[in-house]
Amino acid sequence: MFVRGLKRKCFDGEEDIEGTLAGIKAIPSYNLQRQSLLDMSLVKLQLCHMLVEPNLCRSVLIANTVRQIQEEMTQDGTWQMINTQSTGQASLDRLVSTDILCRSSRDQAEEKHGPAYGTFNKDFEGDQAQDSSETMSTVSAVQAPRNLQNNVWEMESPQENKGNFQKSLDQIFETLENKSPNTVEDLFSEVDNSYYDLDTMLTGMMSNTKMGHCDSLETFSSPTNTASNSNCKSDLNDLDHIVEILVES
Amino acid sequence: ADIISTVEFNHTGELLATGDKGGRVVIFQREQESKNQPHRRGEYNVYSTFQSHEPEFDYLKSLEIEEKINKIRWLPQQNAAYFLLSTNDKTVKLWKVSERDKRPEGYNLKDEDGRLRDPSMITVLRVPVLRPMDLMVEATPRRVFANAHTYHINSISVNSDYETYMSADDLRINLWNFEITNQSFNIVDIKPANMEELTEVITAAEFHPHHCNTFVYSSSKGTIRLCDMRTAALCDRHAKFFEEPEDPSNRSFFSEIISSISDVKFSHSGRYIMTRDYLTVKVWDLNMENRPIETYQVHDYLRSKLCSLYENDCIFDKFECVWNGSDSVIMTGSYNNFFRMFDRNTKRDVMLEASRENSKPRAILKPRKVCVGGKRRKDEISVDSLDFSKKILHTAWHPSENIIAVAATNNLYIFQDKVN
Repeated sequence: MFVRGLKRKCFDGEEDIEGTLAGIKAIPSYNLQRQSLLDMSLVKLQLCHMLVEPNLCRSVLIANTVRQIQEEMTQDGTWQMINTQSTGQASLDRLVSTDILCRSSRDQAEEKHGPAYGTFNKDFEGDQAQDSSETMSTVSAVQAPRNLQNNVWEMESPQENKGNFQKSLDQIFETLENKSPNTVEDLFSEVDNSYYDLDTMLTGMMSNTKMGHCDSLETFSSPTNTASNSNCKSDLNDLDHIVEILVES
Repeated sequence: ADIISTVEFNHTGELLATGDKGGRVVIFQREQESKNQPHRRGEYNVYSTFQSHEPEFDYLKSLEIEEKINKIRWLPQQNAAYFLLSTNDKTVKLWKVSERDKRPEGYNLKDEDGRLRDPSMITVLRVPVLRPMDLMVEATPRRVFANAHTYHINSISVNSDYETYMSADDLRINLWNFEITNQSFNIVDIKPANMEELTEVITAAEFHPHHCNTFVYSSSKGTIRLCDMRTAALCDRHAKFFEEPEDPSNRSFFSEIISSISDVKFSHSGRYIMTRDYLTVKVWDLNMENRPIETYQVHDYLRSKLCSLYENDCIFDKFECVWNGSDSVIMTGSYNNFFRMFDRNTKRDVMLEASRENSKPRAILKPRKVCVGGKRRKDEISVDSLDFSKKILHTAWHPSENIIAVAATNNLYIFQDKVN
């Protein structure tokens, strides 16, 4: 079990977080960090496909990290509470994660293009109709641009927003929860034949998962730019363009 | 010049081989020490360069196979020629490097240019003689060991019997005989029946330096297994299992990733193994499985930066580690072109930098220091200023002398002990 007191070790952009969430007195939420890490890991698994076979060791390590987070979230009860759609005593923590995950209807108007849906759209092979409709609904719930993070703690019409959030979250977590095969395990079924299948496995999941954390995390990440980082960024630039089209249509 | 991906001295230290991302192998040879300048020890000059591997395309999977040389291992010298194994992700090749300094002259049927002579014009027979020529070093591929690995080869290791060697990929280890290229024995297979259950991969493997039946392999979960090939044909059951219990106070989401072992090396004596994980180097006694006998922190100041390093993928960098000839000092690389040496006896350690800007040729290297806190002394570098794109993953130590080779991206540095 993870002790709350350890959160400072596992997330090292803290000074930046506190700068961004200006004026917020609460320390960064452990759940928020954990959620960010989960999203980042899922992005890594998806974006790691290239013309060359992806590194199996890296994929296994990332998948294990995702599994670990999922298990902890299940134990915490975070998973179940969201799934049951209870509007009961939702803790501020969960609302925060929710807010980061989903855009409020108020902010849709001023939305800049968020990152990260394009690759998954490009790679969709099956279930295109279903996936694209889900994508459209979640594009509207795409992650807030940086300015929204400053408003993260302001809930103007929390009740109404919460309803929207819950609905969008459901879509997101539906594909992540343990129904039949665990999504993480899905990652490795048929990896023997072709690493391409990782993509098809993940597209079902990724279409419903908010990707945008790369963007928020850029504010937290170290200033050092490595070569691998540039791959991620050039992909994101392409995706910006594609999401822009999606949003405008 | 391309990014260097492996560095290896041969068994005498006379030759130093490097492999790069473009599939090329460059071999350096140490100059004979001249009588005129006894204080100036032999320097390494280029001896041979050849293209070992070419990029390939796997048509079945529609994926490229990189030509990057993952590992080079020398065979012990048995005649005038040198032999080495070089491997990329999928194929191992045995190369013969030999010298030619004479050439035959005076053939009857062809002239010196190689053109055939008209037989009817030949009136006199002569015996060809060998005449000296400029030294030429030729590299020829003698064996190609292909199509035995579904996953990416991370290690090769020559057995002490000099007849066999092993190649290890993420899930399997194969045993080869040098003479046979169309068959190999599978000696370790950790692929689960259901790939969805895959949680652990093989990261490195090596044969024991003296016992030809013993080898070790390390995993992404921070464990080392020692196997004895005499017990069974398929060494799925280990003879020894080395794992250090986790420190609960250091637990984080990245604990497993940083525990993944990137390199494992037997000591020359065969009594110890050294493992490298992301933040530490550990020395294990083969007789004690439950914890290492020594642990050295390579760059503990990165422990608080793990999330950033995870995001930019640096946390997956695979650093190698090496022993010196007498097993008294161990060396490994770090970021910012730093590398570290730990003296096991005196417990002293030093961090040095391989960089042209910060050291002149023949100047003694200055120890470097990274500071974590706010107060930075002169000459110290702060953690946030480290350049994570400058990583020293590959180093090598001469088998008997204090000469080290350090690969810093696309540059090779060779350092020697100062001679008085």
